[in-house]
Parts: sequence; structure tokens; C-alpha cells
Amino acid sequence: MHRKRNLLGHLYMGAFLFYLFVPLAIMGGAAFNDSRLPSVYPWKGWTGRWFAELFADQVMWTSFINTILVALAVVALAVPLGTAGAILINSISGKVRGALYGLMVAPILMPGAVIGISTLLFWNHANVPPGLHLSVFGQVSYIAAFVMLLVLARLQSFDPALEEAALDLGASHGQVLRRILLPHLAPALGAGAAIAFFQSIENFNVTLFTRGTSNTLTVYVFSKVRSGITPTINALALILISVTIVCAIWYEIARRRAERRALLLERTATLESAAMLESAA
Amino acid sequence: MQDLLRRYGATLTGAFVVLTAFWLLALVILPNVTLFESSFRYYLPVVDIGGPKDVYTLANYQKFINNPVETSFLGIPFTMPIHMITFFNTVIFSAIVTVITFVLSYPLAYYLAKMVSPASLPTLILLLFIPLWVSEALRAFAWYIILTFNGPLNSSLVGLGLLDSPIRWQNGVVTAYDAIVIGLVYTYVLFMVFPIYGSIQSLDRNQIEAAEDLGAKWWQTHWRVVLPHAKPGIASGCVMVFMLSAGSLLVPTVLPSTRSNWFTQTIQVLMLESQDWNSGAAYSFLYILLCTVVVTLVMWLFKVKLSDIAK
Repeated sequence: MHRKRNLLGHLYMGAFLFYLFVPLAIMGGAAFNDSRLPSVYPWKGWTGRWFAELFADQVMWTSFINTILVALAVVALAVPLGTAGAILINSISGKVRGALYGLMVAPILMPGAVIGISTLLFWNHANVPPGLHLSVFGQVSYIAAFVMLLVLARLQSFDPALEEAALDLGASHGQVLRRILLPHLAPALGAGAAIAFFQSIENFNVTLFTRGTSNTLTVYVFSKVRSGITPTINALALILISVTIVCAIWYEIARRRAERRALLLERTATLESAAMLESAA
Repeated sequence: MQDLLRRYGATLTGAFVVLTAFWLLALVILPNVTLFESSFRYYLPVVDIGGPKDVYTLANYQKFINNPVETSFLGIPFTMPIHMITFFNTVIFSAIVTVITFVLSYPLAYYLAKMVSPASLPTLILLLFIPLWVSEALRAFAWYIILTFNGPLNSSLVGLGLLDSPIRWQNGVVTAYDAIVIGLVYTYVLFMVFPIYGSIQSLDRNQIEAAEDLGAKWWQTHWRVVLPHAKPGIASGCVMVFMLSAGSLLVPTVLPSTRSNWFTQTIQVLMLESQDWNSGAAYSFLYILLCTVVVTLVMWLFKVKLSDIAK
């Protein structure tokens, strides 16, 4: 009975992975098809010209650089804002905490288009013209909430007595923050920065309404898909998917290596203790 | 607060407060207040702004109930304002997407949480994450390629003899929104898998075994033990998938049929093509209302807190 159910589980998992990856494979495969329309069928022979066309596209390169710059700006703003918010909310309780928490996480649940439009209108009132700087502000408003949630979770495992001890021993407030709190938060800050970076690269809705006339990569793809599609988009898609897969493999290898090292350490430790026990006897 | 002052001193505490205040005021509260205020103003040429014509009005919201057209639901014909039809279609089909993603995700989440061997779990999770890192525009575009008239789906179905002639999938077989639903399910299904996985994971395996030992059938175990425990994760996944679907602009634009229209597309036309920002603001506010209603409804239905949903 259990074995049958396990088999069903494995089959479902396999089918699900198939469902997730086949569309990506088809999209990537179409990048090599020598056909004016992006498709894998009918196959008209191998070509590399869509890659050449993509690399010759100046708009693509500016969009790419803009995307990276916006993502870096978002990281630089969202990490400090989210961290400050988490530290603040962690030190208060009751109704105020609930209200602040609600305000902070609300933008996560709000549609991106609404965030984009409200940002555009507000800064327009303040006579700030639309552009990528507004995209950064709009994106930070909800990405900072992800950082806040990560840091808040990490703060739960923090021992405040460490800070007390440091203060008693004469550390300054700045030292307490730099030497005790921030090192403890480091994993959450790193994860927050990574999430902020990827969320920003992915973002489309906020950017579309706030960008003015500048392009980011998602907006570039969007306008390409709307106005006559050529397989250059498939070439771009294949490159992006490959980068993702390479990163994933690299991460997986690093994880396995770390696991093996931990296992090895454990084994040597048991061996050593066994040896010590033996020599003691 | 006292605690913060003692630990970090006045300067650092002040810095925390200023940073948080900047975030919440300049990036969240004031933009939304401006949005709300603008939605009650006329769309005027620059010279008239601040002049006698610049008064508060409900005109932008009235557009929502203008232009009634003939339509039908489940075969019953009736007239309804065109933007309201778009709005309700968006809500209904987002709800359908949410249900489909739940049905697809629950078995997978259970498998990941309770059946898979711990050694292969991290690898599987990583594999599932890869499509999530590929941009939404491209994931919708992948389905555009698959569903086109001369695409691989039609040619393989005809080749296998399952279809006599190719079908125009994108124009809808069941409804005008088929392709959009397919695209949205594919794009957002993982936002349902991970919260449910997270909540099932914390369920003690002994509880499942106890239910089985006491003679519960497999569906009884799920219905009475696993599902109640997974409620916060299900609530979180449903809210995320529903809001992402209702707020998606990419998928409905990349995978449209001739008769489909998503509410975000209506807003996009108002904002970027008509340049009527005030009506755009009014319609955005309707989205905020929808969002609030949905989150409240889910919190009430599932009896969970906001902190369970936003994780």
C-alpha cells in the first residue's frame, strides 16, 4: 500500500517537473530554429543568427545595464530600510506593533500596478519627473518588506543578553550594533540582499508605470513580445535560463561539498574521541 | 522603545526611526493617499490645475458604471457596464486559477514534506526554484509558443491522431480566457506549492500514522489531519496566487484572445495610452478595495492572522 503510494508520489513529482521544464526547453530550442517566427515546429534548420541579432541590439544592452543598476539601487535602499523596520518592530508590542506590521507587509499583497501608479502620482505632485529612480522607490516599498520579514525571523533567535554584556563591559552603542547585532543578522541580510536583487530584476508592473521612457529588461521583452516577435527573444530567454541553471548547479555543488565536509568532520571527531577513549583505557 | 534607547543610544535609535518613517511615509502611505485624492479629481490640462474647474468629483468612479453592453453568464443574457465586466472576469478567472493551482500543488507539497527522502529534498527544491527565477514575461511567452496555431502542441496532438485538425487554443476552447488561465497557472503555481509545503512540514508524522493505525482511509487522514494543519499555508498560497493573477499584466497581454480583457489592461490603457491618470487612480483604488476584501475574506474563512499570510 505504502509502496504504491510512494510510487504515485514519485510519478507526480516527475510529471510536475516535466510540466515546469518542457515549456522552457521549447522556448530555448526555438532560439536555434532558422524561422522568422519563434517556434520549434516546423524545424527549418540550425542557425545562430538570432544570437547575433540580439547582441547587435543596442536597446537590449541599455535595458540590461539599467536593470542591473536599478537592482543594485533597490538592494542599497531596501536592506537598510527593512532592517531598521524589523529592529524597530521587534522592540515594541501591542496595537502599535500590529498596525506597523500591517503597513509594512501590505505592499507585498498589493498589485504591482497600483504600487507603480501611486508612486508615479505622489512624486509627480512633488515635481519629480518619472524615470528609473521612481521605479527604484516603487520597488523598494514592497521589497523592503521581504527584508523586514527575514530579519524579523532572524531576530527571534537573538540573545539580547549578549548586548547587555557588551554594554556592561564598556562597549559603545555603535560597537554593540557593529560587533554583535549585525554579525548575528548577517545571514538574513545576505538572503535579503539576494531576494531584493532578484525581485527587482523580475519586476515588471511597478517599472512599467514609473519608468518614464527608460527601459529595463522585462519592459524590453514585453515591448518585443507585443510588437512583432522574432526569435531574438528566445535567444535572450535561453541565455537567461542557462545563467540560472549554471547558478543552480554551482549552488548545488557548493551545498553538497559543505555537507560532505560536515560529515567528514563528524566522522573524524568520532574517530578521535574513540581513539582518546582507547588511549585512556 | 525604551529598550532600543538603552541598547543603541539616541543617535542609532533615531536613525532606525527615520529610516522606517521614510519607508512607510514616503514609499507607502503618502503615495496611497495621493492615489486616493487624485481619484476624486478631474483629468485637466495643466493650465486648469488649481483653477476653478479643479474640484472634487466622483466622475472617475462613474466611468466604471458607464457604457453598459449586452453579455451573458451561464447562458443568461443581461447588460452590464463594460469595465465592470472586465473587473468581474478578472476576479472570476483569478479565482479559477487559484483553485487549479491548489489542486496541482497540494499533492506535490505533501510529497515534498512527508514522502520524499531527506537526501534528495534540497535538490528537488532547487529544481523547483529554477523556473521561478526565469522572468514572468518569458514564462508567459513560452506558452505563447506552445499554444500558437502552428505550434508544437497542435502538431503533436494531430500527429498522435488525437485531433483531426489544429485548434486555435489562444482564442479559447472553453472560454475566451483559456490561454490566460493556462499561463497564469504555470506562472504562479509555485507560489502555492511553497507555503503549503512549509505548513505541512511542521506536522508531526506520528499524527498521520496514528490516524492510519486507527483505521482512517487515506482521504480521511488528509481531510481531518493534514488539511486542517496546512490551513495557514493554504491561506497564504491562495492570497498570493489570487492577487498575483488579478494583478498580472504580462500574462493577459502575452496570451490574449480576441475577446479577453484583464482589469490591469484597462488600467494600463488609461494610464499610458489615454494619459488619464485620475481615472487610472480611481481604478487602482478599486484594486486596493478588491485586495482588502480578498485578504479579509481569507483571514475570516481560514481563521488565520495577517502574519500567517504574509511570510
